[in-house]
Amino acid sequence: MVMTARNLAVARGGVTVLQGLDFALAPGEALILRGPNGSGKTTLLRTLAGLQPLAGGEIDLPPDTVAYAAHADGLKSTLTVAENLAFWAAIYGGPSPDQAVQAMDLAALTRRRAGELSAGQKRRLGLARLLVTGRPLWLLDEPTVSLDVASVALFAEVVRQHLAGGGAAIIATHVDLGLPEARVFDLDPYRIRIMVRDGFDEAFG
Amino acid sequence: MRALLLRDLRLAMRTGGGFGLGLAFFLILAVLVPLGVGAEGATLGRIAPGILWVGALLACLLSLDRIFALDHEDGSLDLLATSPIPLEGVVAVKALAHWLVTGLPLTLLAPGLGVLLNLAPGAYGWLVLSLLLGTPTLSIVGAFGAALTVGLRRGGLLLSLLVLPLYMPTLIFGAEVVRRGADGMALGTPLALLAAISLGAVALLPFAAASALRVNLR
Amino acid sequence: MSIWEYANPKKFMQTSARALPWAIGLTVICLVVGLVWGFFFTPDDYKQGSTVKIIYLHVPSAMMAINVWVMMLVTSLIWIVRRHHVSALAAKAAAPIGLTFTLIALVTGALWGQPMWGTWWAWDPRLTSFLILCLFYFGYIALWSAIENPDTAADLTAILCLVGSVFALLSRYAVNFWNQGLHQGASLSLDKEENVSDVFWVPLLVCIAGFVLLFVTLVLMRTRTEIRARRLQALLARERVA
Repeated sequence: MVMTARNLAVARGGVTVLQGLDFALAPGEALILRGPNGSGKTTLLRTLAGLQPLAGGEIDLPPDTVAYAAHADGLKSTLTVAENLAFWAAIYGGPSPDQAVQAMDLAALTRRRAGELSAGQKRRLGLARLLVTGRPLWLLDEPTVSLDVASVALFAEVVRQHLAGGGAAIIATHVDLGLPEARVFDLDPYRIRIMVRDGFDEAFG
Repeated sequence: MRALLLRDLRLAMRTGGGFGLGLAFFLILAVLVPLGVGAEGATLGRIAPGILWVGALLACLLSLDRIFALDHEDGSLDLLATSPIPLEGVVAVKALAHWLVTGLPLTLLAPGLGVLLNLAPGAYGWLVLSLLLGTPTLSIVGAFGAALTVGLRRGGLLLSLLVLPLYMPTLIFGAEVVRRGADGMALGTPLALLAAISLGAVALLPFAAASALRVNLR
Repeated sequence: MSIWEYANPKKFMQTSARALPWAIGLTVICLVVGLVWGFFFTPDDYKQGSTVKIIYLHVPSAMMAINVWVMMLVTSLIWIVRRHHVSALAAKAAAPIGLTFTLIALVTGALWGQPMWGTWWAWDPRLTSFLILCLFYFGYIALWSAIENPDTAADLTAILCLVGSVFALLSRYAVNFWNQGLHQGASLSLDKEENVSDVFWVPLLVCIAGFVLLFVTLVLMRTRTEIRARRLQALLARERVA
């Protein structure tokens, strides 16, 4: 197993939004999170990435396994595409950026500054960052925003290769990625209807 | 870690603005003070140590909110927090980068401004030494303040309010070193205390700042 | 029974509701007795005349200004280590009270200093330290009010309080080093020789007790308000979803 979550609960701003989550992810598996806006997809991904404390339950996840890609790509507009990728490769100690550049079709852009790229190109660069982390588990939050059809296909291919290489991915998305082998995980049954401020509320008479 | 330092330095160089502004501010202050106080050399010489230290401190303050705010906006901070580098290391490296582009240039510029302010000849060496020992504290305390206020919309103003009281010991000992240097008095005690505060701050504050960042990221 | 049971909001609300009337009553008695005694039934000082009587406001508020910060430091530590919400809210509730005590100490000090030293303000170490303390209070309160999420605010202000305490202590020594002052030595100490004479000493002690009780009363009331505000927020959040 790449990771296992048992009876997991996650909280946003002190309010528990999802609870009782049980799932496991084997190498080569992808999980697609489904749920309406505000259902806690981002919160779940941030919790798995270790950015937020758990509201309950437990996660089995070896250290240094996740690569997180949020709405913001973490790009510096004054650095070139190559410099941005080289930086994240150095930080994560991952493989050299060349292969990532090829995979996300950025070869023609390496010397351009990230600030000069279009929204879709930036997104591709942000996703190429995942490849240079060398981490086995990808946590992707709406990865296809501002990508055109061709780029979505490109991205799906990259994810497929990652899975084939023994990686895993958890993806929050609304669009069809063209990954029929991915498991769909609907968050709706785990949502909390009545929100309770954790640990504080029930203590009142 | 080295990659992060190099990136921050490169960003500071390319973006210009933010960090160069501190130096320009320091220069303007050194020009404004004589215009306001009067051109009499003796008066200027007497207040020069204090003015130079206050000026360096305020100039340093200008660029503090950039330490984490930009990385927070574009999502880099989230990614750094999930990276193999401990967040304490990130804080230390970013404070070091801030010092290299503000504290160090300010220290080098200060003797030149000392001439404008008629600083006593014996004090130049002590001015540079005290700034060299004191400005790292300004950067690391600033990084702590920036970590506390990173998610806030009007963080810049609040940051000054939080950080300035924390700067007081450094300011007092730093300016005291230069003043005693100018008067040719013994200055071992304030110099040692200044260095001690710097060492303590550099050793301990990255932990406080990193825990503040973790709270702000969740 | 462990003392931590009082950190349970419900238990705290019950206990504080019972304690409050007593606290209020004792505060009023102590303050009235102490101040009336001090103001009207003590002789004028042979050197300072009747101005010396401001001591009955000045000394207790100055002591409390520092003690409140220490209390905030302790409650912040409790919040960081044991995560009791009441503790964090008590620190939040105490800060404006501490700031007020600091301001009272500064203003009464200025009123006293003018006839004695011929100046409202001097950069004396004690005065300067209090001004710095005042800035620390401002920063702490500003940080609380700037952050929306109450748990985040509690965490960050607690960290600020810890770091701030270290720097406040450093500032205190730095300021002593920086300027030797006009201010007289401590008014009270265990070493009897230095103390003000007995005629002033007893009503002063009553006043100090009154100020401590006043603080306890105010901090209980304000903490209760904060707890109710949090409770209200929780209910509103529940309402929105249900």
